Amino acid sequence: MQHRMWRRSRRARVFATMSVLATLTMSACGSGSGDGSGGGSADGPVDLRMTVWTADESQLALFQEIADAYVAENADTVSSVTFETLPFEEYTTGLTTQIAGGNPPDLAWIFESSAPEFVQSGALMDLRPVLSETEGYQVDDLDSDALRLWESDDALYAYPFSNSPFGVFVNTDQLAAAGQPMPAELVADGTWTWDAAADMAAAAAAKSGKSGLVVRDFNYSNWGNLATIWNGWGARPWSEDGTSCEFDSPEMVGALSWFHEQVFTESAIPGPGTTADFFAGDAAMTVTQISRASALDGSFGWDLLPLPAGPEQQQNVIGQAGIGVLADGPNAEAAADFLAYFTNPENSERLAQYFPPPRTSLLNAETLKAANPKLSAEQLQSVVVEGIQGAVTKPAHPNFAKLQQTIRAELDSLWKADADVEAVTASVCEAATPLLSD
Amino acid sequence: MTSTIDAGSRPGPGRRTARRRRAGLGDALTGYAFVTPQLLGSAFFVIGPLIAVVWYSLHDWNVLAGTFTFSGAENYERLLSDPSFVDSLQATGIFSAGLVVLNVSLALALAVMLNQRLPGTTTFRTFFFSPVVVSLVAWTIVWGFLLQADGGINGFLAELGVDGPNWLRREDTAMLSVVIVQVFKNVGLNMVLFLAALQGVPRELREAARVDGANAWRSFWKITMPLISPTILLVSILTIVGSLQVFAQIAVLTQGGPGTSTTVLVYYLYQQAFEFKEFGYASAVSVVLFLIVAVLTLVQWQTRKRWVFHEN
Repeated sequence: MQHRMWRRSRRARVFATMSVLATLTMSACGSGSGDGSGGGSADGPVDLRMTVWTADESQLALFQEIADAYVAENADTVSSVTFETLPFEEYTTGLTTQIAGGNPPDLAWIFESSAPEFVQSGALMDLRPVLSETEGYQVDDLDSDALRLWESDDALYAYPFSNSPFGVFVNTDQLAAAGQPMPAELVADGTWTWDAAADMAAAAAAKSGKSGLVVRDFNYSNWGNLATIWNGWGARPWSEDGTSCEFDSPEMVGALSWFHEQVFTESAIPGPGTTADFFAGDAAMTVTQISRASALDGSFGWDLLPLPAGPEQQQNVIGQAGIGVLADGPNAEAAADFLAYFTNPENSERLAQYFPPPRTSLLNAETLKAANPKLSAEQLQSVVVEGIQGAVTKPAHPNFAKLQQTIRAELDSLWKADADVEAVTASVCEAATPLLSD
Repeated sequence: MTSTIDAGSRPGPGRRTARRRRAGLGDALTGYAFVTPQLLGSAFFVIGPLIAVVWYSLHDWNVLAGTFTFSGAENYERLLSDPSFVDSLQATGIFSAGLVVLNVSLALALAVMLNQRLPGTTTFRTFFFSPVVVSLVAWTIVWGFLLQADGGINGFLAELGVDGPNWLRREDTAMLSVVIVQVFKNVGLNMVLFLAALQGVPRELREAARVDGANAWRSFWKITMPLISPTILLVSILTIVGSLQVFAQIAVLTQGGPGTSTTVLVYYLYQQAFEFKEFGYASAVSVVLFLIVAVLTLVQWQTRKRWVFHEN
């Protein structure tokens, strides 16, 4: 009996020892950081890694070309630069997991919606000293409006490499078939409003049996994309300082009531659960970023127009993306130096073919025309150049991840024919207020 | 492994004991060599992470700021006062109940039907089992298209003159849709387990019952059901444990909506950890999930004597 007990306790000791060893090993695996594991010895050249969400081969080839030129010039400090694509839908989740796992990249693309969270967390390195000290960088050329989201006090925590305006692509064939005027005519005589756009979209949808106006990537889930519409009503989801909810403001109720009516009464906008890809010819109009122009294959006539005006104003909206250097990354200094090279005036001009830069000297139709052959000089001037100036970004907040989910869950009640818009927006504010002051 | 003893020079009791001890040690080493890879795998990939998760659950872990501070039972206290956690428990309960009832009863019914010696049974068995080997995500994505407002199911219903609902966007149909997608995915596996059990029921017992005047229904309830009760226990445990771990179907079909009606516990855990970056709190949720699975399995195991035939 005693022998059996001894054996049992010995087994228990072996089991416990192995468990502890396993835990320690795994913890050690998960907590390594800042030890130069990014490649290269402590004194030798290092390997840099940048996480991106694009999988476009031509874009990645351009990045690599710029990086290879940098490595050739700085072989003593950097031996290679790798661009690692993470899936777009799960990008921030993937990046966070890498950071949590003790394997942060050296540089990372960051969505505008996550900008305040990353800026305030201290996860990113202040880039202003490096950019200011880099010869020929021309920091003053950077548009101050474009930088605002990425700044805190005097520090700049990411470089907004992409500033892609939202516009309205229209299928002119479908509009003509429905006997509608061309939207460009309405823009010319100043009557390009959301009401006019919705009327035309409804008429085209009724004629073609397809969809009318699609707010791309909204999918009755990513409600931030509705900013392209509600800005015309002068609405915003929360106050400037991000502490009080404004979803229940008369402006927002007006904008959401209009949207609801266009979905459930006028049939100008396809309802929830309906898939319609404008670029496949399934819809008469779509609100999206100009960078989507590359998806047009010439199978139908099209035009690109600025966002229409609402009852209050015409407000341009841009979608931004930044590149930051992870402060806890293995080679932060080298990464910041590479970023200064990657975004210098010459390379910004090369990158402009895919990503409208924040440099005022490059924001002209002539530069952008070379990069966007599908867009005319007039379209580039009216939608891109004028669209970036004075534009606002989509909603962003330090607590955006929770706000996104919470507000999405509350807004689900709005996407029914008999919804009470005022009651829903009041419940949105009730749920969002604790998170805004969190 | 066996030792031969020379009868002409039989060793003394001391040498025999030493030889036995050596043989026993050899056996033990061989045994340890066999179990070590499994033990190491379990230690590294199951027990280690389990202990780590409990440790993390006692901390406030801000991934972006890089802070990891001990917070004691704070995360567990927060769980108790978190209405979203309660909602996710409720959604999980509804999903599990719906899945277990539909899956087990449908699998048993299919197994009974396909246990007959009729032409085409093999084809039907293959048909019902085939979803089990299909990729879960691919299966769910296809169902996502079918269940859309303008998808295949509503198109079919429209042919019949029925105006189908927006399955995944209505609170009253979203959970039902997810349950049905999961039932059709896995019912084939349970069906095969029941088929094996049904084929193990001795024919003589059913024939004896028939001779005694029992009809087919009574024979099924009084002879077949008790004899397959161990399989019913196994299938129930597997289905309940599996239902508590559902994730991909929710992530692909509903993302927890509409509202929070399909935010089950694992999806809630995922949101807390990977979307809200609350790794400490998410670890506390996962510890609670582990305890729920453990307790449910234990309760089923302990109560088996009451309803499993062989345990009486």
